Amino acid sequence: MGDGPPRWGWFTEANNTWIGRLYIATGFAFFLGAGLLAVLMRIQLARPNNTFLAEATYNQFFTMHGTVMMFLFAVPIGEAFAMTLLPSMTGTRDMPFPWLSSFGFWCYAIGGVLVFSSLSFGIAPDGGWFMYPPLTGPTYSPGVNTDVWVLGLGFVEIATLAAAIEFIVGLLKTRAPGMTLANMPIFAWYMLVTAGMIMIGMPAVIAADLLLELERAFGWPFFDATRGGDPLLWQHLFWIFGHPEVYIIFLPAAGIVSMALPTFACTRLVGYSWVVMGAVSVGFLSFGLWVHHMFTTGLPLMSLSFFSAASIAISIPMGVQVFAWLATLWDGKPVLRTPMLFVLGFLSIFTIGGLTGVMVASVPFDWQVHDSHFVVAHLHYVLIGGMVFPIFAALYYWTPMVTKRLMSERLGRWAFGLMFIGFNGAFLPMHVTGLLGMPRRVYTYDASLGVNGLNMSSTIFTFILGAGVLVVLVDFIRHLRSGPRVGDNPWNAPSLEWLSADADYGFRSLPLITSRYPLWEQPNVLQEAREGGGYLPDAPTLERESLLTSPITGQPEQILRLPGPGWTPFVSAAMTAIFFTGLTLRLAVISVTSGAVALMFLMSWMWRLDRAYPKGLADAGRGLGLPLYLNDNRSVGWWAMVVLIITDASLTLSIAFAYLFLWTAKPAIWPPDGSQMPGIIEPFVLLGLTAGAYLLFEGAERFNRRDRRFSVGICLAGTAILASVAIAIGSAWPGSLGINPTRHSYGAAVWTTPRVDCRSRCNWRSDGYLVRGAARSADARLVAMRNVAGLSALVALHSGRHGAGACACRRVSICISITSPACKARRSQGEA
Amino acid sequence: MLPIFIRWTPLMIRNSRSVPLLACVTLASCAGPQSALDPAGPSAASIHQLGIIMYIGASAVTLLVAVLMLVPFMRKNDSRANRKLFLWTGVLLPAVTLTALVPYVLAVGHETRTPASPNQLSIDVTGSLYWWSMSYRRTSELTEIATANELRLPVGEPVELSLRSNDVIHSFWAPNLAGKTDMIPGRVTRMVIQADRPGIYRGQCAEYCGLQHSLMAFDVIVLPRREFDAWLARLTQPVREPPAPELQQGRDLFVSIGCGECHTVRGVVESRRGPDLTQVGARRTIGAGTLPGGVGNIAAWIASAQHLKPGNAMRSYDQLEGPQLRALAYYLESLK
Repeated sequence: MGDGPPRWGWFTEANNTWIGRLYIATGFAFFLGAGLLAVLMRIQLARPNNTFLAEATYNQFFTMHGTVMMFLFAVPIGEAFAMTLLPSMTGTRDMPFPWLSSFGFWCYAIGGVLVFSSLSFGIAPDGGWFMYPPLTGPTYSPGVNTDVWVLGLGFVEIATLAAAIEFIVGLLKTRAPGMTLANMPIFAWYMLVTAGMIMIGMPAVIAADLLLELERAFGWPFFDATRGGDPLLWQHLFWIFGHPEVYIIFLPAAGIVSMALPTFACTRLVGYSWVVMGAVSVGFLSFGLWVHHMFTTGLPLMSLSFFSAASIAISIPMGVQVFAWLATLWDGKPVLRTPMLFVLGFLSIFTIGGLTGVMVASVPFDWQVHDSHFVVAHLHYVLIGGMVFPIFAALYYWTPMVTKRLMSERLGRWAFGLMFIGFNGAFLPMHVTGLLGMPRRVYTYDASLGVNGLNMSSTIFTFILGAGVLVVLVDFIRHLRSGPRVGDNPWNAPSLEWLSADADYGFRSLPLITSRYPLWEQPNVLQEAREGGGYLPDAPTLERESLLTSPITGQPEQILRLPGPGWTPFVSAAMTAIFFTGLTLRLAVISVTSGAVALMFLMSWMWRLDRAYPKGLADAGRGLGLPLYLNDNRSVGWWAMVVLIITDASLTLSIAFAYLFLWTAKPAIWPPDGSQMPGIIEPFVLLGLTAGAYLLFEGAERFNRRDRRFSVGICLAGTAILASVAIAIGSAWPGSLGINPTRHSYGAAVWTTPRVDCRSRCNWRSDGYLVRGAARSADARLVAMRNVAGLSALVALHSGRHGAGACACRRVSICISITSPACKARRSQGEA
Repeated sequence: MLPIFIRWTPLMIRNSRSVPLLACVTLASCAGPQSALDPAGPSAASIHQLGIIMYIGASAVTLLVAVLMLVPFMRKNDSRANRKLFLWTGVLLPAVTLTALVPYVLAVGHETRTPASPNQLSIDVTGSLYWWSMSYRRTSELTEIATANELRLPVGEPVELSLRSNDVIHSFWAPNLAGKTDMIPGRVTRMVIQADRPGIYRGQCAEYCGLQHSLMAFDVIVLPRREFDAWLARLTQPVREPPAPELQQGRDLFVSIGCGECHTVRGVVESRRGPDLTQVGARRTIGAGTLPGGVGNIAAWIASAQHLKPGNAMRSYDQLEGPQLRALAYYLESLK
């Protein structure tokens, strides 16, 4: 794996080439772990009435298999490859916020390991990866298992949102000079769409598990039908995220295919713009499909028809992409190397998965096969075909870029053969076992069903599939020592990442990019980059630097300074992970201690971001002078905040959706007897207080710009007082109207909606404030104070209860992690 | 070629009997008590037909993609692709086939959700952790008559099921007759089910509902109308005084150890918390599909329900003496 950083650099290095490698390795480790669970489950299912695994163990295994594969492997591994490759592919030196990448990765790695290890204590989640209440509510799952699931999801939310911010800002703002949007490598387009989907879709599941945790920890009945809640609310929120999630997993893989396939076909991708349009339409359409997971819930056929048609319609942009890949094969002279084999495996398996997808999108057919082994087959065809095979293609394809050694072609063919045969042998029969009546998520089945032989054969082929994966593992370890050394671009690929092969800093100088396939079409690009003929051949600030460019045309705008190694991201991530885990497991001392340490490190992180930078232009090479900071809408901090605000808006919308859904589901009992409607005075008082707080905050900002610190302090204190009074009145008021959050879902919804909304609004204000950036050291501290206040309030609020508000606190930590790039805006805001 | 195929197939199927026959030949091994490939009712049959069309269509597309994928590796000459042709095929192949498919799919959907006629039989099916209660509503009577883990239907008549849940989400699925419908706490979902062949079918919970989700099955017994009426009439009768003294002892024990806290035996004890046992001796399985019926298994279930199906609501009565257990089991087995 190259040379790697020095001793402690394992933890301190904040560089996408290093974090990316760790990310990929961790993702594969989770893949192997969850795969092992699958093998054990298949052994249990080999014969009817088998007793290899106890039912409780089996239920934990299938829940963990799904959860780990989806949240700890499939989503992060795509991001891991993107984090490793994107900066090099787009001709820059790193992600825009390397410390945020590092923080996200360590949260994911440490949190993931903690969640995975819950298996060895028998407290692993057992409600299915989809966690439908009321089964997962406090009544039917009183144990800590479900909280562990919420915890695990939380770490992924942190890592995923962090990565989404990196990708959106990175791809729009830090491309190579001259690289227009239309000349981005196709993988970058796929990642841009993916990140956009995370930005919009992820908050729905954050809202869902916020509500679930509120119900579990405090008894607020959002999903409890006996108290006016509705189990279907969870299904809507979960699948509003859960379906786009499938495409969040698939699109990076499709991007990988679109990169590798032209290389081995020795020709350009046919229909680049068609493929981009396809990816974008998939992104949009995927938000209109979630109800196809709910076809059997007895919803009216009319509304099902809409979702059925939309689900089927998504096969049009998918068809475009598949045929564009086929056309590329026809257009060139394809060479059958191992990565290409995996791409072909992807094409065939994924096509079948897509076609069974059309079947399950057909409402009446789905009534039969839903939640049967047919769907198990379908989803594995989509995910293993659509994502695991491309990931293995990527592994074989890009490994030489990192290690400068080739993996074995012979072992690669063996691995592919075993995996392809094993996969089809294991999963093709499951279509039939499902149609023969075998449901999903069963630890045993009746011998009379007639599925004994098919199950036995599935189990046998599972071992063949596993053997294929092991061959890859062996090959990888072997190649590190004895793989043949190769040059910089062993496949003669057209894209920029091969130019930076194995250099931690990426590019010696950043070349001007004028074509979509620079290594094929710009003959001197290599020489230009290597010999310092590009931009930034020297480091005017003597720090890590890269270029900030304009979003559409890639004009250089600023010299972006990147942080070097440091302990802060690792320690704050580790402590955050331990803090939430301690909270979930009711380990008060550990939780409080680690929380305090995490806070300390996060604070110091934010504090130090606000360094004073020299003014004036610096030499960016090629005779260009560029500023070292910007404080307007060209800066990366501004863009990151916009992404965060959209995420926040989406969260607020999800909560509002919950309120409206509960209302419209049961209009007759909304509000329930005993709740009075509000009068006229209190709303106006609240409105007045909020408006006052808002104006004072605005005032603080104005004063701060003029450097009137005393006035700033007065205004902020006023804001705090007015806001506290508003919160106090707001809290007392619903109670006085008989609106109790535990008695009825109405109360729970009333108590949640304004609160979350209020929090968001407060965030928007201060985020907006950050975005416009007043450029004095005070701002970073303001943000820090806001988060400290929020965090300590939440800790105080929740520490009494077990698993308490794990997700609520997590929101705050996401806030913190995301505010940090905002603070980083300070780097670019300067004193200008 | 494929779009035309898909578009015309439904008509061909409607007009001839040959396609289902063909399907029966290709899927000969697919008969089964819980098989969607062996339909015994109109709803399952039209879904099966839709399925066959889609299996054939999907196979054809897979074949097409496989061929298009492999040819470039086989051919010798160095030619360019007709790019526009490929890309437009990518748009039009799915667009045209699916435009044809969607209306057909929706038509099948409407067909299989025929609204209920007012005077048909209707049954309340309630899912609990981990068993089923079936209550027959009769137009002539006010009371419902319950049984458990067994659905008896008259052949050839649409029957309306009202599906409820007592605790978590379950899903009612008897694949030979129809698709599944979820049972959601706080809601009543409905489906119409019809069996065209007398026989015994099997159904199972299809929504993961916890520890023993796997052992939550039921039998569907389809009878000619006369037999069905006779059975329903018998079900409503109170259980007769047992003739033999050992059975009487079993009955007394059943009452005295408190089985009536949860179970009903009509005319003896009454409680809706657990499965109705008025006809337990006639059932093919014990414990919602956990064990085959019969006196031995009834005894085993009473003595070790928690061992056989851990986490179910019945505790193991393992402190009963051998003769007591035998008397109890024989009594229950006699309830038919």
